[in-house]
Amino acid sequence: MASKFINITLKIWRQKNSQAKGSMETYQLDHVSTDSSFLEMLDQLNEQLISERKEPIAFDHDCREGICGMCSLYINGRAHGPDTGITTCQLHMRMFKDGDTIYVEPWRSAAFPVIKDLVVDRSAFDRIQQAGGFVSVNTSGRTIDANSIPVPKTDADKAFEAAACIGCGACVATCKNGSAMLFVGAKVSQYALLPQGKVEAKNRVLNMVRQMDEEGFGNCTNTGACEIECPKGISLENIARMNREFLSAAISSEN
Amino acid sequence: MSILDSKIPEGPIAEKWTNHKNHLKLVAPNNRPKIDVIVVGTGLAGASAAASLGEMGYNVKAFCFQDSPRRAHSIAAQGGINAAKNYQNDGDSIYRLFYDTIKGGDYRAREANVYRLAEVSGNIIDQCVAQGVPFAREYGGMLDNRSFGGVQVQRTFYAAGQTGQQLLLGAYSALSRQIGLGRVQMLNRHEMLDLVLVDGKARGIIARNLVNGEIERHSAHAVVLASGGYGNVYFLSTNAMGSNVTAAWKAHKKGAYFANPCYVQIHPTCIPVHGTNQSKLTLMSESLRNSGRIWVPKKKEDAEAIRAGQLRPTQIAEEDRDYYLERRYPAFGNLVPRDVASRAAKERCDAGFGIEANDTNEGVYLDFASEIKAKGKQAAFAQGDHDPSEEKTIELGKKWVEEKYGNLFQMYEKITDENPYETPMKIYPAVHYTMGGLWVDYNLQSTIPGCFVAGEANFSDHGANRLGASALMQGLADGYFVIPYTVSNYLADEIRTGKIPTDSPEFDEAEKNVKDLIQKFLTNNGSKSVDHFHKKLGLIMWNKVGMARSEQGLNEAIQEISTLRDEFYKDVYVPGNADELNPELEKALRVADFLELGQLMARDALHRNESCGGHFREEYQDAEGETLRDDENYKFAAAWEYKGMDINQSELHKEDLKYEYIKIAARNYK
Repeated sequence: MASKFINITLKIWRQKNSQAKGSMETYQLDHVSTDSSFLEMLDQLNEQLISERKEPIAFDHDCREGICGMCSLYINGRAHGPDTGITTCQLHMRMFKDGDTIYVEPWRSAAFPVIKDLVVDRSAFDRIQQAGGFVSVNTSGRTIDANSIPVPKTDADKAFEAAACIGCGACVATCKNGSAMLFVGAKVSQYALLPQGKVEAKNRVLNMVRQMDEEGFGNCTNTGACEIECPKGISLENIARMNREFLSAAISSEN
Repeated sequence: MSILDSKIPEGPIAEKWTNHKNHLKLVAPNNRPKIDVIVVGTGLAGASAAASLGEMGYNVKAFCFQDSPRRAHSIAAQGGINAAKNYQNDGDSIYRLFYDTIKGGDYRAREANVYRLAEVSGNIIDQCVAQGVPFAREYGGMLDNRSFGGVQVQRTFYAAGQTGQQLLLGAYSALSRQIGLGRVQMLNRHEMLDLVLVDGKARGIIARNLVNGEIERHSAHAVVLASGGYGNVYFLSTNAMGSNVTAAWKAHKKGAYFANPCYVQIHPTCIPVHGTNQSKLTLMSESLRNSGRIWVPKKKEDAEAIRAGQLRPTQIAEEDRDYYLERRYPAFGNLVPRDVASRAAKERCDAGFGIEANDTNEGVYLDFASEIKAKGKQAAFAQGDHDPSEEKTIELGKKWVEEKYGNLFQMYEKITDENPYETPMKIYPAVHYTMGGLWVDYNLQSTIPGCFVAGEANFSDHGANRLGASALMQGLADGYFVIPYTVSNYLADEIRTGKIPTDSPEFDEAEKNVKDLIQKFLTNNGSKSVDHFHKKLGLIMWNKVGMARSEQGLNEAIQEISTLRDEFYKDVYVPGNADELNPELEKALRVADFLELGQLMARDALHRNESCGGHFREEYQDAEGETLRDDENYKFAAAWEYKGMDINQSELHKEDLKYEYIKIAARNYK
């Protein structure tokens, strides 16, 4: 790892709180190691701002290894920045050149209001999950033995691939319609593919889609941008599966 | 000093938990909605506890500092979860999981708790599968297993390298169900800043709403702390940035004893440190040690040439490589427990064989070349090709590795810009998990009545070293299968109490203390950032309370932390206001507690004149550098009582550890 150092210009969205009007501000940051992650670069900028007695930039982050889904950021017009299959915390400064200007914005979506600077409120995702993203089984541990229902490996693998969604919201931020259908489709698919989830499949898809609509997310028009920007490579097939599940539930449901 | 009562039930070990459950008091369903319970933290332990208590009908409030309960750091656990199912028919049993865990913990864990953990481990897997957790399966549709360090069976269930994620999302789905039903009220972006005691009982918490800065009072009949470990006292660790000790530490200051704080797990396979702006370290799952072989060059000049960039690892001939774990520990090889593997890596690097070109030359190789060849050959055979070309073998082998560990390899490549399919990974030990935590009895109740502690935040199950894939097991065992019973037993005496008022003098005082501290930080007008102090603390801890400790170093650490703490309060600068989202303020409040905890860790390490598990005192080792325990004098859990900021005043209480079912012996992995 031969590290280099670069100097960059940052244009970053600053917004005092959810009510305030925001704007892009310009910052100069020198001597950034190309081995640093993007968020470590922001740490460095914040240290600089603190030393200048200016208010540091608020951004969401936690695990910094691409799994908790807390980091977001729209970087140079792309969710999670100019690399594929990663979250912002896994983006490294070696993707940028000396003298680059980098634009950093929060997720933009009606359903994800800005809280401050680059921090947005994604609790709409939690509410969709609460509407039906579970199997209604009590936590007694007195269920049947884990191996009593064999699950074909291909189904288990597909369910896992759908369940790998980290709930970061890049799909919504990327979609021109602000649609959450990749997120919801992944959750619906995980359960639809497993025998344990089939019992409640109809109600689940109807309830989750209803909540999704109530939260103000847009509709899917099959552009596929979400799939490209998804850090976990969640497939569009999941949206198709959700649509099939929804259609069949809607015409056969007794509710 | 007093002797602590761990309230271990009578009777044979295999019947203790069942008998105990049969005699615990119950709360009738019609009384449960009158009772409030607070759960702090929504990782595996917290989410499962909150979901279970909500499901039973209690009024539950759950708190997390993240923007969603699904982000808790359990999500980052990679390798797997242990359970004594014996699906592989390789001789596993509840007793063997119990034995492995006690031995792995270097005979410093409580027998009865560990047995219970092993006993319920199978139910966890049943529960998770019923919830739709997509574990890895074999082609026949059955659950797959793999092996982890310190054991000779395959009992680890997994979902690629994302087992923690899948289990947490399972617990989160159970929690979401209860939130949807209105039985759990979820408070995201809230941080607990104090525990409130009324008449000696835990009766609520003070929390800060991190979005608008409001200081809130929440009362309850019982409080469950599931707030995780304290590895971030080292600044650099594999923990999430927000992981902190504040909830546990505030409880400690209010009377909960803190047990074995010096037992810290340094995980052997993390990506080495690269620079001064680094904010965290990334783990490469222990599961990789199933397939990877750890080595450094045999010749010092080769190590030097590698560091200078003149030689690549793939150019080192087989006979010039030192597979030091296989050499020293032939019975367990690369799958020795974590503390053993970490110390062995440090020994090689200290001796000058490290291969990483950073300030300290600290790094060793984790090499997949042999496994790629072996698995490639197997795959070719399975396709009917009994004489595959080298090229085909390697191609098929890489495919196999990708399926097992794909996400880890990708993660590694993104961080280091090197392709681990082609060149060995570079790894080095890093702080990962803390076995110490708040002292709890068999019921997981701390020394404060009504304050229960679950998961990594308590001290009870892992002794001086935790085995891989056991943290997830403990988190879910505590939350799903222990807390619901033992908390109910406590609450049975609370059905006539009525709502706990929040306008009492105890709440007034706790709130005032929190507000005063916040005000102090915001008006301090110092010159240095919070991180400046946190990094300094981290270096003291890593160098003197890290992988190797000595009497002199520990005494120095206590002194240096005192000085640093004074500087912190004098010179820290916290920008922004109290009534807004203010990440710097959040950090300041957390680092203040780390600056106290660090000293207690050093004091604990200093008093324990022996080496055991993750606690390695240089003075106590045998001729081969293995840990030397002193069972005669230190076969106890050390539980510290807070007596003010001066760490020398903290009072030691001992819980004697009795081994009735396992013969205590020197750990041997050779």
